Amino acid sequence: MNIITIEHIAKIYQVGSEEVHALRDVSLTIDKNEYVAIMGPSGSGKSTLMNMLGCLDTPTRGLYNFKNNSVSDMNDNDLASIRNREIGFVFQTFNLLPRSNALHNVELPLIYAGVNSADRKERAIAALENVGLGDRMYHKPNELSGGQRQRVAVARALVTNPAIILADEPTGNLDSKTGEDIMTLFNHIYELGNTIIVVTHEEYIAEHAARIIRLRDGLVEKDEVVRHRYVPNGIAGAVKQEGN
Amino acid sequence: MRNYLFELKEGLLISLRAIRANKIRSVLTTLGIIIGVASVVLMSTAIKGIDQAFQTGVASLGSDNLYIDKWAWFNNDIPWWELRNRKNLQMEHYKKYKDMAKLPLAVAPTSWTQQTIKFQDKSVEFVFVQGTTDEYIRTTNLTFDDGRFFNELESNGGRNVAVIGSEIAKKLFPNGGGFNEYIKIKGNKFKIIGVLSEQGSWVMGNFNPDNQVFIPIENVFKSFSNESFSSITINVRAPNSQMVADVKEEAIGIMRRVRGLKYDQPDDFSINQQEGLLTNINQTIGVIEAAGLVITGLALIVGAIGIMNIMFVSVKERTKEIGIRKAIGAKKRTILVQFITESAIICLIGGMIGLGIAVIGSMIIAQFDFPSTVEIDAVILAVGISLITGVLSGFAPAYTAAKMDPVDALRYE
Repeated sequence: MNIITIEHIAKIYQVGSEEVHALRDVSLTIDKNEYVAIMGPSGSGKSTLMNMLGCLDTPTRGLYNFKNNSVSDMNDNDLASIRNREIGFVFQTFNLLPRSNALHNVELPLIYAGVNSADRKERAIAALENVGLGDRMYHKPNELSGGQRQRVAVARALVTNPAIILADEPTGNLDSKTGEDIMTLFNHIYELGNTIIVVTHEEYIAEHAARIIRLRDGLVEKDEVVRHRYVPNGIAGAVKQEGN
Repeated sequence: MRNYLFELKEGLLISLRAIRANKIRSVLTTLGIIIGVASVVLMSTAIKGIDQAFQTGVASLGSDNLYIDKWAWFNNDIPWWELRNRKNLQMEHYKKYKDMAKLPLAVAPTSWTQQTIKFQDKSVEFVFVQGTTDEYIRTTNLTFDDGRFFNELESNGGRNVAVIGSEIAKKLFPNGGGFNEYIKIKGNKFKIIGVLSEQGSWVMGNFNPDNQVFIPIENVFKSFSNESFSSITINVRAPNSQMVADVKEEAIGIMRRVRGLKYDQPDDFSINQQEGLLTNINQTIGVIEAAGLVITGLALIVGAIGIMNIMFVSVKERTKEIGIRKAIGAKKRTILVQFITESAIICLIGGMIGLGIAVIGSMIIAQFDFPSTVEIDAVILAVGISLITGVLSGFAPAYTAAKMDPVDALRYE
């Protein structure tokens, strides 16, 4: 089943009197339970594509269907609720609320989804335990290591059971060991049946994915299946093994 | 609706969290509102106090009373020189009127003089000494701590007897008493046959019976002022308030005859009523009120601008946070509600503190014998004003936050 279908989308920014074509003409589909890496040098349009896929922005031209709903026609409120229910973001800089503890950070999307406080807490605790942070729930971001912060962000992304996880350079601010831990966590999440899109410029990160889409100058340069996918051994950190 | 309440509740919690996280800034921000609300509440309480004082003071005159006088108390129609040129009202006019009038409950002439009252080594200066007759007591609601008013015999005989107001009594006899003592008024000895209990209120000044001394009117003319040069006032009490108009009508008719006016001559006397005094006082208080509220309103506006300023800074500072919230699903309305709630809560807290200060302030003012109590409507006023200020001054910053583009906001460092 296609989760994402985009056809001939383009994004043009007006910078001063000049038009910048961040995306020229991109078409692709992403199915359920795919693990896709989007690669490209800076200026290739990968951030713009990610914003588009994440419903943070709408295309200037072209069609974007998310689960058969046309995103191109949506207003701000509809976009917000798609982001809330269907998309889990993981950012390079973690983007946690600095003054709130881990638990509240993970609860936040559920607040916007209108979940009552008891259910919310229960689900947030479960999500944090899943990423191995059951004992760090009441710590604020500045009391956590980089890897732990990114795990909180992953828990926040997963807590609403979204259709896709969208990760923008998730290991960019981490040392390679911790970065590897996070990629192991992603692999685990993927194996549980989730759909993951990772935007990166690092080849070895992209090789964790099953499919790599390479962008250049706002066009798809190459869309290939990874022959020898790098599958991390074992389970990262304290990740709990789940039955399903 | 349920959804909206949920959002409001969560907005409230998020705001409280944000306020707690920025304590010093929140306190500084509220300062403007604290001052604004405190001054509005204090001002409205003070105005109410003054108003009440006037009302009770005026009520002590009695609403059923008419005062026939050469002068019009409140008059905008007759030029003052015309009033001045009127013939004095004299005892003979009073006597004729009293004989002819059928309707009044009581009629008493009054003539006042300002004198120094002495008892041993104590004295009170510039006291209103009212000369009147025994019937005067029936035109008032005066009550006594000690003794009685002078009787017909004492009045007609011009005996040296006096009834003193409670303030005078306090000053001359700080340890109490005074009844049956002798005071001196301009060298004449008067026996105190009555001490009034507290009557009116301070706002009436010398017209407050508490600050007056009453003696038989004959004595005033005998010892203090020449009868032919002074004009008396005739106090007339109607049997009840329904009869006031009839009594007035009758009084005009009789007085015209007494004064020998021809049909085409205008009245050369005025019939005054407490009502006129009330209208006058209400006008004055209205002016005080308007001026006071404008001034304190300015304080509030300054406070509101302060809040708006801080909220703008706060929104700018939290751009990234707003981006994060939007990315994970906060709608425009959610962000709007969050920031407006935050500003409203800051103002509300400020309002509560301001109210507290106003309560303490009014207690201090009350120490100086100024009627002042903070009542429930002042509390409602404080809460209402601070909430409205918060919502209004929070709206523009909140709107800025709500319409931010999530991509730009996330990129903001």
